[in-house]
Amino acid sequence: MNATVIDSNLDTFPKLLARNAVKFSDKPAYREKEFGIWQSWNWAQTKDEIESLALGLLALGLNEGDHVAIIGRNRPHLYWAMTAAQCCGAIPVPLYNDANAEEMAYVLEHSGARFVIVENQEQVDKVIEVQETVNGIEEIIYLDKRGMRKYDHTHMNAYEDVQAEGRAAHHRLEPIMKERSAALHIDSTCVMLYTSGTTGRPKGVVLSNRNIISASASSSEFDNLTSGDSVLAYLPMAWVGDFIFSIGQCFWTGFCVACPESPETMQTDLREIGPSYFFAPPRFFEGMLTTVMIRMEDASPFKQRMFKYFMDHAKKVGPAMLDGKPVSTADRLKYFLGDILIYGPLKNILGMSRVRIGYTAGEAIGPEIFEFYRSLGINLKQLYGQTEAAVFITQQPDGEVRADTVGVPSPGVEVRIGDNGEVMYRSDATFVEYYKNPESTAATKDADGWVATGDAGFFEESTGHLRIIDRAKDVGKMSDGSMFAPKFVENKLKFFSNILEVVVFGNGRDNCVAFINIDLNAVGNWAERNNIAYASYQELAGHPDVYATIKSHVEEVNISVAQDSMLSGCQIQRFLVLHKELDPDDGEMTRTRKVRRKVVEEKYADLIEALYSGATEISTVTEVTYEDGRKGSISATIQIEDAKTVARKANAA
Amino acid sequence: MNATAESYVTEDGRTIGAPVMEMKNITLKFGGITALSNISFDIREGEIRAIIGPNGAGKSSMLNVINGFYHPQEGEIWFHGEKRKPMKPYQIARQGIARTFQNIALFKGMSTLDNIMTGRLTHMKTNLFWQAIWKGPAEREESENRDIVEHVIDFLEIQAIRKTPVGRLPYGLQKRVELGRALAAQPKLLLLDEPMAGMNVEEKEDMSRFILDVNDEFGTTIALIEHDMGVVMDISDRVVVLDYGKKIGDGTPDEVRNNQDVIDAYLGVAHD
Repeated sequence: MNATVIDSNLDTFPKLLARNAVKFSDKPAYREKEFGIWQSWNWAQTKDEIESLALGLLALGLNEGDHVAIIGRNRPHLYWAMTAAQCCGAIPVPLYNDANAEEMAYVLEHSGARFVIVENQEQVDKVIEVQETVNGIEEIIYLDKRGMRKYDHTHMNAYEDVQAEGRAAHHRLEPIMKERSAALHIDSTCVMLYTSGTTGRPKGVVLSNRNIISASASSSEFDNLTSGDSVLAYLPMAWVGDFIFSIGQCFWTGFCVACPESPETMQTDLREIGPSYFFAPPRFFEGMLTTVMIRMEDASPFKQRMFKYFMDHAKKVGPAMLDGKPVSTADRLKYFLGDILIYGPLKNILGMSRVRIGYTAGEAIGPEIFEFYRSLGINLKQLYGQTEAAVFITQQPDGEVRADTVGVPSPGVEVRIGDNGEVMYRSDATFVEYYKNPESTAATKDADGWVATGDAGFFEESTGHLRIIDRAKDVGKMSDGSMFAPKFVENKLKFFSNILEVVVFGNGRDNCVAFINIDLNAVGNWAERNNIAYASYQELAGHPDVYATIKSHVEEVNISVAQDSMLSGCQIQRFLVLHKELDPDDGEMTRTRKVRRKVVEEKYADLIEALYSGATEISTVTEVTYEDGRKGSISATIQIEDAKTVARKANAA
Repeated sequence: MNATAESYVTEDGRTIGAPVMEMKNITLKFGGITALSNISFDIREGEIRAIIGPNGAGKSSMLNVINGFYHPQEGEIWFHGEKRKPMKPYQIARQGIARTFQNIALFKGMSTLDNIMTGRLTHMKTNLFWQAIWKGPAEREESENRDIVEHVIDFLEIQAIRKTPVGRLPYGLQKRVELGRALAAQPKLLLLDEPMAGMNVEEKEDMSRFILDVNDEFGTTIALIEHDMGVVMDISDRVVVLDYGKKIGDGTPDEVRNNQDVIDAYLGVAHD
């Protein structure tokens, strides 16, 4: 399939906005729940809001080519701020809103942003803290007025005041805005997004209009997205996926983006909106399934039996029906009955009644979790992508969906496997460069435009689908020369609902060991059910019964790992349950919740040593960082358990 | 403390006005026990006024006198420049005084939304007839009140528990709901009885933030009782200290902190 060709009338966001304001003028563009009611803005109103802000920014002196940092949770006003910046010829740079001041300082300094548009007082305080060390931030614009009255407003303005100023200066500034917008073209920079950075400092990925609009257009066509679709915007605005879904595809197709009332109400809001297009990381689907199962355990025996009976049936025929494969009439009738009694109400509770296309990406998803949603009739698919590709590298077409692959190359994307087994791609959507970092750009993207993903993978010959093994640099060798792929084992373990996170070590060693984080939700519920009292995460994590359960999971995984002739050496010999959850605030994970292997390895070097030394327990003190940046420490004595391993196939044979 | 009627501006830019409420020589007795004896102080418009003291000092009694639940045997209460006649608590609530309780007094089985809605009761004017047929004025009134309640919910960031029965909420959140109910009444004077009792550090920080924000955003005058000295000294403009029903100190946090009588009351003093 080829990429969609972009019309020169639609090659920048101000142009798309102008088209939508005419073509879809009274269709809703953005919604947000506020004061308990869904407020909506149609495309004509959206254009007015965006342009008023753009005029206000011009009045404040925003220059062409400036970077405008945008910090906050998903709010229509902040999405508009991105397009408003573009209308002025400036470049929006969304930041992770849960980043602390130190992390923010790096990005603000690196991008050289003069204007910062933030959501509320909390973010204003962080920016003010950053200003102590970083020069160049000139204007702060905040959305929520609460608590802001006492601040020095010489270089600070409320969002609506900026808009009012823009409206007042309409006659004077509109020609300038028109001129700036008209100067944009398909190769001018659309947005700069910072990678989450599993290793080292975040990098500013410069994406042009060509990148964003071609990715949005091709992917919209791939899944037949139209102006009638709707999405819920709840993932961080700094993440490339959110930019593509909530701005790129939204502007391209004219569909409606709904923003939740608060992060905590996301689940309720999801149910109320009932989006037709939905994206979530595997973690979200796992969490939701765990919640469903916990609630089912509390249901009456009759309901439990009914749930089990129909879910078994759904597992048998649901995925086949979704893929359009032949299913007998009797089975169809039974599925229909199940839909009325179980699947329909369940999908409604999950907020997925209307989901036509669901995507998951970022990590591998457990086959059982994946099948559960598909058997309910939710068209959940996988895609593989990264910031540098403006999301899409491969995705699964309808009818060819499997848990263990990530699909075929997206339209307009060429994918090949490099000599070292690394996945490489090239397309119109491939990023321009890393901002102020030519070395990294050159190391990632070669002269022909091929980008190295850093992931090791291969194409299945029979289907042409791509399979990802692990991060290429994480794949190593054990001391006996057999292959070490930590993620392969970690994912198998993470599919157990009791286990939230795993880090496996073993590169260059004789055998593998693992750190495990329990899922407080699932294990806590189990503890309650079995009258096990605990006062803290740490206490629950160290409970002997919890250890026994985790041990059984590890041994089960060892059996399954042993089946793979290439990776049978990766069985886990010894493990421990960590006394604290790995946390982005401690730098152990990225803001998108991917483990920073190196940081963990260095921070817990004493624990790794204990795992290899044969000790049965280890005392340790760990530094923790609180949300507000203060530091403290926790001390713990951690048990170390041995797990049974299975003889390697090669030896056994 | 100076009892001048002039207003002044605090360091952080808030305007503190003339006294809205003045207690003059209040004495409250229960049978032979004197709970409050000859107490005088004032509460100025727009300030956060703390009442502190050791256990049994008469703090809660003082609050109950202010909101009309107890009637002092002696002394006068002046509210907005008028001497207040003995009234029922609901009459006082109508004058714009709302309060929270030391032991949470919410309707456990009702949702957060409904609980906060009860705070609007004194503002509802339609009679039983209109309420029963639920058309016209009653319906309009309901949506007006709901609007105010939703702003309170937004303000206190409790959207996620809007429909949750209050009995299922953790303690810290219940306290926040109770504050919400008091705020829904749009009071001129807000009385808080130990708003931070039993809370952890994080909840206390949140609650302090909300109290300051209420004062700042709506200009509400706040009188609060609190045990946590750190909190009191941080957030209040002026503090009155009671001990055994007597006033032993009154002034800014700094003045009170250095007052010898207060130090003695808290740390104890040798009686020889």
